[in-house]
Amino acid sequence: MAARKLAITGGKVIDPAQGIDRVADVLISNGSIESVTDSSTGSSYDGYESVEASGKIVSPGFVDLHTHLRDPGQEWKETIITGTRAAAHGGFTTVCAMPNTDPVQDSAAVVGDVMRRSAADGVVRVLPIGAISIGQHGKQLALMGELADAGVIGFSDDGNPVTNANLMRQALAYSVEFGMPIINHAEDKKIGAGGVMSAGAVATRLGLAGVPTEAETAMVARDLHLADLTKARLHIPHISTMGSLAALRSAKECGVDVTAEVTPHHLTLSDEWVFGLKGEVPEAVGSAAYDTNTKVNPPLRSREEVEAVIDALNEGLIDIIATDHAPHAATDKVCTYDEAAHGINVLETAFSSVFALVDAGKISVVRLIESLTAGPAAILRRDLGSLKKGFSADVAIIDPGSKWIVNPEQFESKSVNSPLAGVELTGRVVTTIYQGETVFDLSVVNETGARS
Amino acid sequence: MTNPMTTHGSGAGIELAHEIAAEEVETMLVPRQHLLDLDDLSVADITDLLDSAEGMLEIASRDNHKTPALRGKTIITMFFENSTRTRVSFEQAGKILGADVINVTASASSVSKGESLLNTVKTLQAMSIDALVVRHPHSGAPYFITNHTDASVVNAGDGTHAHPTQSLLDLFTVRNHVGDLVGKKVAIVGDVLYSRVARSDIIAFQKMGAEVVVSCPNTLLPDEWQWDSTLGSETGFAGLRLAANVDEAVDSADVVMALRIQQERQDSGHLPSLREYSDRWGINSKRMELANDGALLMHPGPMNEGVEIASDVAHGFQSVVEEQVRNGVAVRMAVLYTLCAPGKSARIGGGDASNGEETKS
Repeated sequence: MAARKLAITGGKVIDPAQGIDRVADVLISNGSIESVTDSSTGSSYDGYESVEASGKIVSPGFVDLHTHLRDPGQEWKETIITGTRAAAHGGFTTVCAMPNTDPVQDSAAVVGDVMRRSAADGVVRVLPIGAISIGQHGKQLALMGELADAGVIGFSDDGNPVTNANLMRQALAYSVEFGMPIINHAEDKKIGAGGVMSAGAVATRLGLAGVPTEAETAMVARDLHLADLTKARLHIPHISTMGSLAALRSAKECGVDVTAEVTPHHLTLSDEWVFGLKGEVPEAVGSAAYDTNTKVNPPLRSREEVEAVIDALNEGLIDIIATDHAPHAATDKVCTYDEAAHGINVLETAFSSVFALVDAGKISVVRLIESLTAGPAAILRRDLGSLKKGFSADVAIIDPGSKWIVNPEQFESKSVNSPLAGVELTGRVVTTIYQGETVFDLSVVNETGARS
Repeated sequence: MTNPMTTHGSGAGIELAHEIAAEEVETMLVPRQHLLDLDDLSVADITDLLDSAEGMLEIASRDNHKTPALRGKTIITMFFENSTRTRVSFEQAGKILGADVINVTASASSVSKGESLLNTVKTLQAMSIDALVVRHPHSGAPYFITNHTDASVVNAGDGTHAHPTQSLLDLFTVRNHVGDLVGKKVAIVGDVLYSRVARSDIIAFQKMGAEVVVSCPNTLLPDEWQWDSTLGSETGFAGLRLAANVDEAVDSADVVMALRIQQERQDSGHLPSLREYSDRWGINSKRMELANDGALLMHPGPMNEGVEIASDVAHGFQSVVEEQVRNGVAVRMAVLYTLCAPGKSARIGGGDASNGEETKS
């Protein structure tokens, strides 16, 4: 990295990994964190470029354990370039790329390609996730050793649950050698087959086939027992049901090596959003209904379920927030609800949407930032997600009072599939620094009005 | 209502019929752009449509029933599912009113070449059409279409969601026999989970003051509906009674409606067998004896005789199945006239924003 020296001054530094939550200055040199030092009035640092951050929150750059970059294979939806720019826009400096690309990230060749192109073209760090099974077909284990050597940080057939319980058992057992988590999309597809949203009153009113929460809970329970059997690391992606939470609690109490993530949308949106009125429940179903941008897997759940995952995140039962950023092109979303692809474009709204829960007093800002930094870094077992001396200088600067209206047309992402279009959010990432370099600066975007 | 149209008889001139139809109907009906379901119609809206359908029924029953009421209007029926009665009913309704009716079916259109629904609608939209009558296997498809066309959209059945003209003709048929629906008991027996007719009929009959009871195997109820209970407002179907058995549902009913049971419910494990369904839920003469004297037996068709309905009652004295079909034409005439009547500048809710028609710079 360049020998740039940077002093981020006067901001409220929140670094949960170090227990820091106070006004301080962050000094950066040679792409690494030099120190976090107490601010003194008018402090200036010779030879440092200054970034004035008073009134702002200075956080370690966010780490996303669950991102779909769509590259290689679906470059019309997203690429490594647009996806990492979207990440930077949202304050993320590390994204873990899910392997459901085309070809699937099930070999060192594909993983190596993603890593090389990410290093060359990406504006933030990309850590690939390898497939559990060859082609994500759920038949035969992928070359997990080869993938581990190539640099993956975990294994997942995301989107495809590992249906075969024996294969799941073997994957867990085999992964122990690498100390990396198995990340299984938990869904028994036979329960609620054909369902396109969460079962319940909204699905019934709209005549949409519903998936009961038990489709997730049943497989989460199975996976927890298999993790216990194998003493392997299990990471549960996008947990969304009270039943899953009960099973998770019981497993953690029994010492199972398990972590869990929740998405921003499962923390903030209920199935009532499918009515297309931003969560309002109409007397009569109208033309706005069947908002395909709300179609996601696992589906948006009931308000009761939403409250339960908020509580679980708060108390630490759920370890982290991960985006499940899933960009889709217009042809996948401008269609009937049944036809629409699953997935929400999340990276650029993730922090702000959950920050609404901070404003509402449902979660502390420290816990929110921990869930996006120290939490995922601990699961990755990497020196990331903190402003410790010598760590990569990855920083997100947040203006907690900034109000903005989500306009997907202004996303860096190649796709616009956000149910939050038109929604006003408070709290916004204004600057993202990766390895000491500014990779996103809202003031520059605003001045030039530019999107590339 | 008193209907001056009846005084003209079959000898009335076509132009005269047109004038009367236009004046009579126009003063009665609130203009609206689409008919997607009955949940956004008031009791008065529904009553107006049914009143209008009475006049239409008279016109349809004339020897020469062609009127120019909708002359110069183009209606497209776009059916993405097979249908006999609904498609023909709409076509007949449009033609009696003098509209040009064009029928598009999925299998004989570019849909079979993979054209998307969006592009199909845009293609038709470009040909100056006034109304699109849509039948689609996906719930919500007509709602989606309203965001991409200026034409009036009529939902002719969407997935497992709604079938509003079926419900209007059911209301019309029952009203003609029993008058006011307030306090009347309507028993709906059959595949509630997958039936768009059930959903729309529950809304329709409840809205008009009837007490609605449904009965079916527990596998054919939504998960959140508890067997042997009355639904609360959180379900969106407040007051709906879920009977513990078919006899309880039919007991003292004024209307018994049997819904079609499809073979695939057996194949998908919802039912042990169609025969067991027939034994336990089929409507037969013995069960009809539990209903009130003069109770009506209805079926939206097509019937599986010997499964959900026994042949003798299907064609027996209580059956109004064919009447339903006849009334369907009149009700659809009323609907099409409401949506397409000449010079209707006061459309409600016209020009919806083109939701989702996103482009990316």
